[in-house]
Parts: sequence; structure tokens; C-alpha cells
Amino acid sequence: MCQMFILPIRFRRSVERTAFDLVIVGGGAAGLRAAIAAAELDPDLTIALVSKVYPMRSHTVSAEGGTAAVLRDYDSFDLHAQDTIKGSDFLADQDAVEYFVAHCPQEIIRLEHWGCPWSRDEDGRVSQRAFGGMSVKRTVYAADKVGFHILHTLFQTSMKYEQIHRFDESFVTSLILDGGACTGVVAMNLRTGTMAAIQGKATILATGGCGRVYEFTTNGFIKTGDGMALAYRAGVPLKDMEMVQFHPTCLPGTGILITEAARGEGGVLVNKEGERYMQRYLPGKMELGPRDILSRAMIQEIKAGRAFEGPYGPYLGLDLRHLGEKRINERIPMVRELAEKYMGLDPVHELIPVRPGQHYIMGGVSTGLKGETALPGLYAVGETACVSINGANRLGSNSLSECLVFGAACGLAAAEFAKKRPSYPRGATAREALRKEEARVFDGLLGRERGKETVAGIRVEMQQLMERDVGIFREESALADACGMLAKLRDRFGAVGLADKDRVFNTELTAVLELDFMLDVAATIAHSARDRHESRGAHSRTDFPQRDDANFLKHTLAFRTDGAPRIDYLPVKITKWQPAERKY
Amino acid sequence: MADSEVVFRVSRYRPESGGRPTFQEYRIPYRSDMVVLDGLNYIKDHLDPTLTFRWSCRMGICGSCGADVNGRPRLTCGTYIRDMRKGAVTVEPLSNFPILKDLVVDFDDFLDKLASVRPYIVRKDWGDLSKEYTQYPEDVDAYRQQSLCINCMLCYAACPVFGASPEFVGPAASALALRYIRDTRDDGAAERLARLNTKTGIWECTFVGECSVVCPKEVDPAAAIQTLKFLATTRHMRRLLMPGSASR
Repeated sequence: MCQMFILPIRFRRSVERTAFDLVIVGGGAAGLRAAIAAAELDPDLTIALVSKVYPMRSHTVSAEGGTAAVLRDYDSFDLHAQDTIKGSDFLADQDAVEYFVAHCPQEIIRLEHWGCPWSRDEDGRVSQRAFGGMSVKRTVYAADKVGFHILHTLFQTSMKYEQIHRFDESFVTSLILDGGACTGVVAMNLRTGTMAAIQGKATILATGGCGRVYEFTTNGFIKTGDGMALAYRAGVPLKDMEMVQFHPTCLPGTGILITEAARGEGGVLVNKEGERYMQRYLPGKMELGPRDILSRAMIQEIKAGRAFEGPYGPYLGLDLRHLGEKRINERIPMVRELAEKYMGLDPVHELIPVRPGQHYIMGGVSTGLKGETALPGLYAVGETACVSINGANRLGSNSLSECLVFGAACGLAAAEFAKKRPSYPRGATAREALRKEEARVFDGLLGRERGKETVAGIRVEMQQLMERDVGIFREESALADACGMLAKLRDRFGAVGLADKDRVFNTELTAVLELDFMLDVAATIAHSARDRHESRGAHSRTDFPQRDDANFLKHTLAFRTDGAPRIDYLPVKITKWQPAERKY
Repeated sequence: MADSEVVFRVSRYRPESGGRPTFQEYRIPYRSDMVVLDGLNYIKDHLDPTLTFRWSCRMGICGSCGADVNGRPRLTCGTYIRDMRKGAVTVEPLSNFPILKDLVVDFDDFLDKLASVRPYIVRKDWGDLSKEYTQYPEDVDAYRQQSLCINCMLCYAACPVFGASPEFVGPAASALALRYIRDTRDDGAAERLARLNTKTGIWECTFVGECSVVCPKEVDPAAAIQTLKFLATTRHMRRLLMPGSASR
């Protein structure tokens, strides 16, 4: 079955327009939700949705367990806010959390009206399940393919709106700046290998996280921190980048995620002695504690020699056997599918090997409540952004809700901003930005001859040093080492050459551009971590084991300079939950 | 994890150099837990950075990494080399689509077809926007299977009808049309069936069934198309026998 036919390269979806009211970079849950919110606000608004992949490939697709909202009488906004703030180790901005929890329910219902196949109770209402750090059953789900269903529901719904113009497989290389404002993006169309300026009265970055700066991550290959680096290079600070989430239950070898819903549905964690070791660390919550605590407990079990040994190193066991085949198939079918396919075992009868892996970053582009940044006309939302509702540790099932709530808010705010601007940005500035990017990327990067340094070589060195020195437990000398090594890798990056000289779909070139972004983002993570001399949430310093509210109840801001990032701080917004010891 | 070698035979096509696709061979170190995508990434990172293919999630849900492996469309992230190892692993781009470069093909045509079947809830009256619509577990079960389509395009690559007549709306778009028709919240069946009850719609399907064989998510698009044929026929009969009858 290898019948092939070659057509001349053709561009059926010939988008002639180059200036839009709104340019959205990223086609995952946050970007699509923003696009739909703007389209619903005003049918005359023109919206460019620029994505480096077909939108339904976006990494939202891999989210599994669920999305949080207060929907039942036993729950309240105050309780959801309190759980989120306590989970964040009091680094979340409480005004943002209050806005967030109050808007989650309507987003679940919007998705429901758009056809999302939420799992249902016998009475026909949307079901809710238990999740780590949530004090009641609050997590809405569609079996354990929640991100997949949210993404496809949003993507398919976005097809209703003719004013959403998609630029699929277009890679944004820089922002256009004019008179102290962002006026669009320069993007490389991967199919043609040509650059274009896509001008916008307002621009939203919704490119997801940066998990690929680490070696062992649940994140897909496309999660390279593009939006974070784009904003950072335009002078916008990145907030709380040291706050990196490690998920406790990932498959050794591949890093494939086994959802927290497996524990929400009753799964337990055991060491090689068959002991539910969480009783030693968090007897009050056991396996339903927050992710930072569970991941640290795993490392401690490994260090104590109580882990299993496998071909990919030590691991713990996730035991679902007592749930029975029926419940596993009904509630967490993907867990079984993944374990069978990628580990060759059946969780109905066997333990699933798990270990912690990078999963999410709480930090991101520093924004206000509507996604606005310090740069007029530039917005950021979703994992790319840091509002901050997640503080030092995000609770499972708050991130999809965050994409929906703030996606809608940001889409509306950016649309309103665009509507107030009568004319499109100046063409001359965009043409100049385009010319500069063509020179930088095509004459510069693409022209470099291949030598000793390769994109794959530097990428793996960066990933390994981040894993080793900026991982779950951190301390001064390792962090200082990481900062120095990253600067050296940045220098060596200048010598990376390319073997592929073609313009069309040059994935070696996009890998170089992505590595360029990741080196910036990794440096902000390492420097922010080095300067936070305390332990809070996911940031665990063995040399500063206590939380230090007197000195560090504040957000880190990393600003770009010609050398190392400049670190500054911003107060945390407290409304009514005074910082207290985080006890479960 | 026995160390040895495996030979990958990969189809290469570079539009800027012209010509037809050719095969290139690569020898890569083999482990028993390697999937075909691991082999492609080994080539990309260690042997030949010009090799071009798409991938992202490597867990069978994003739908990016489909290719023709040893003559059959598969997700390369879920295909173990140990299950294929008869001399060489041959990797080619998915059949029936225009090739952009090496293993990368153009799916835009599918997205237009998907849009043509209105893949979203259509309602005459949205009611109270602050309230959820009631749906019972069995209502969700009625469309769950079709809702699992990841748009990986393996079904189009396997479909001889689509290969012969590219206008055919095809398996995945039809299955997703049925997904919305079966949803109790939806009123758009008439518009969707009007699109599908055409020469380029469901009647082109000759029920070869290959689409359902290759589907990695058990969506069973072949059965979906047969159901759509039945719905279109009963609707047609009802209109003949009972003019002015309700649309649902």
C-alpha cells in the first residue's frame, strides 16, 4: 500500500490578509478559547490563529484527568480558592484565584453546550471526581481523555466562525514592536519556507509550557517555551520560573503520564516492600496530596533504598488492582491503554511502574488578570502565562480550567483593546521586522555550516543539566553550576550548524529556533531558582529547607539583559487568606 | 534489552531537489522496547538531521506521527519494532495525500471536509446559557465511540475509495458527523445529512472496511458510514411518505 502521488506544492488556503484585529499564537485550549471569545464578541473582528502545528495536535490533547469547577452544593468558591491558595504554598495572587474559581463553572457549562462529552452521573448531571489537594470531589472529567475532548470540542467549534483565519504550521520567530507596543508577529510558514509579517492590533501568546527543557518530561516534543521566550525578548519579565511541577506518576523510560485520576479513583502508591509509603509523609491525605509533596516523597523512598529497580532506574508502584476491571475501564480506560501499550502490562493484574517527571511550569509571562502584559498590545494566557493562580505548586485539574477561564477573559480583553484602535499598525515597521527576521533566520542560522556542535547535542546537554541541577531538590552549588553551564551552552549554540539547507518544512531549522528559545527559558528557571533562598511548594532547597515569608513571600521576575537574567521581585496579592503553615 | 541493529528503509522526497521519492537506508542500534518513532528520532539526532517527519505526544493521542510502516498505515509512536522485524522496517508517508517532504503530507483537504459536515453542536434554541443540558450516561455512550477520533488520517490512507476519488468526504469526517448527529443536544442532523447524502458523500463508500481495521482508537468509521446511509435512507423515505414530517 505505497501508492504515492506528488502534487506541486500548493497553498489552497491562500490567506491574503496580513493585518488582523487580533493575532493569537497557539491553537491549544487557551488560544482556541480566546479566539472563540473574541469571535463571539464581535463578528466583524478579524482573528489570526497562528500555530506551529495543526491545532488539534496541541499539547492540551495529552491532559488526562480533569478540570476543576464548583458545581455542587457541598462545594463553594471559598473552598476552591482556599485549596488552590494552600496548594500554591501562598504564592498565588488571591485576587486572581477569586476571579478564577468564580468563573470556572460557566466555562464547564460553555464546553458542555459546545458538545464536550463530559462523563455523567445517573441523574444526567456532569460527574465530578476526587483529585490531589482538592478537599471535595470537584474535578469534571470525560473519562481520562479530558484534554483531548476539550481540545477537539474547541477546535471543531472554532470552525463555526468564519472570521477566525488559521495559519496552520506557521512558526512565530519574533514579535513586531512599534512605538513601545506589540503590533503582531513574524512567522515562518513551514510549508513554503517563507516568512510573513502577520500584523495585529493586539497579540495573544498561548503557546503552552516549556517541558522540553528537561530530559524526563510528560510534555510533547512541541513544548519548547516559544511564547515565553518571545515575550522575554521583547522586554516582558517572566514570573516565578523556578516553580516547576514534577508529576509523581510517569512511566519510566518514556515519561508518559499516568493521570492523577488513577489515585482520585482509589489507586495507591507502594514501595518494593508493598508498603503504602505515603503514610510516612502525609498520613492525612495519603496519595491524594499535592504533587510537589508526592514527588518529593518518591525521591526520599528511592534514596532510602525502598524503590524497585528497573532498566530505567528506580521506580515505585501504582496499584490499581483493587479497583477491578469494570471501574478501570469505565473511569480510567486510557491508563490501561497506556500501561498495556507502553509497558506491556495490565493494571487490572499488575502494578504500574512510576517515577516523578517534569509536567508543568507554574511560572510564565507575567500578566495581569486579563492576560495583559507590561507591553501594550501583548497578552499571554494558559501555561505560557503566570497570572498567578498556581503560585509555587499547581493543583491537578486547575490548569485546563485556567486555560478556559483566562482564555475567555484574555480573548475579550484583547478584542476590546483592538476595537479601540481605529487603524491597523504601520506597514513599514512590519516590513522592516520581516526583513530583519529573514536575514537572521535564512541568511544567518540557515546559512551556518554543520560543524562540531549540533542541535541535538546541545539540547540533550541542556536537558540533562536541568534534570540534574534544577530538579526536584536543589541547592546553591548545583544551581550556580547550572547557571554557568547554561551560559556556556548559549555560547556554544552560536556554533550550531545545519545540514538541511532547504526552506520547505525544515524541521532541523525549527529545532534550532526552538533550542534558541529553550536556552533563554532554562536560564530564567535556573537563575530564579538560585536566588530564591527558601523552600516553597515545588521549589525545594536542601540548603534552605524552610519557607521564609519574611523575605520571600513575593514573585520572582526575570528580565532579559545581554548577559544573565536580571532578577527582581513583586509582592504577592493577599485578599483574605493569611499565609499559614501548609499542613495536610 | 538485547543490543543489536535494525535497518530502516525510509522514503525521502525533497521538493526543492525535484524528482520522485527514493528510499534511503539507515542502520540504528536496536532495543526491544523501541517504537518506530524512536528509530526515526535516532536517525534525526544522530545520523541524518535532514530526515523530516512530524511527531509530538509520543503517547498515541495527538495524531501527528502517522506513516506507512511495512505497507500499512500506523502511528509510529505506538508501533514496536519488535513486532515488525522481518529484515527491515520500511517507512513511507501516508498514502493518498500530497507529500510535502519526506514523511510529511498535506492534510488541509481533510480539515475542509471536516468543516463541511459542521463538526459542532447546532441548536435552534440554546436555552438558558447558565444551565447544563441534561445528558444521561447512555446518551454519552451513544456517541462516545465516534468522539474518540484523533484525526490521525490513517483511515484516509487506507481507504481505496478516497485514493481513487479524492472528493470523497471519507471515513473520519463521516464518523465525526455521526458523532454530532447522535448527540442529544444537537439539532443539525438535516444539514449534515444533506452534505453526506451526495455523490461525494457516504454513497461513495463501498464498505471495504480498511478504515476500521487501521483505526488506532477503535472509532469504526466503516460502521459509522453504514449507519449514516441508513439514516439518510429512512429520512428520505419518511419525506416521501410523510411530507412535512419533523426533521429529527
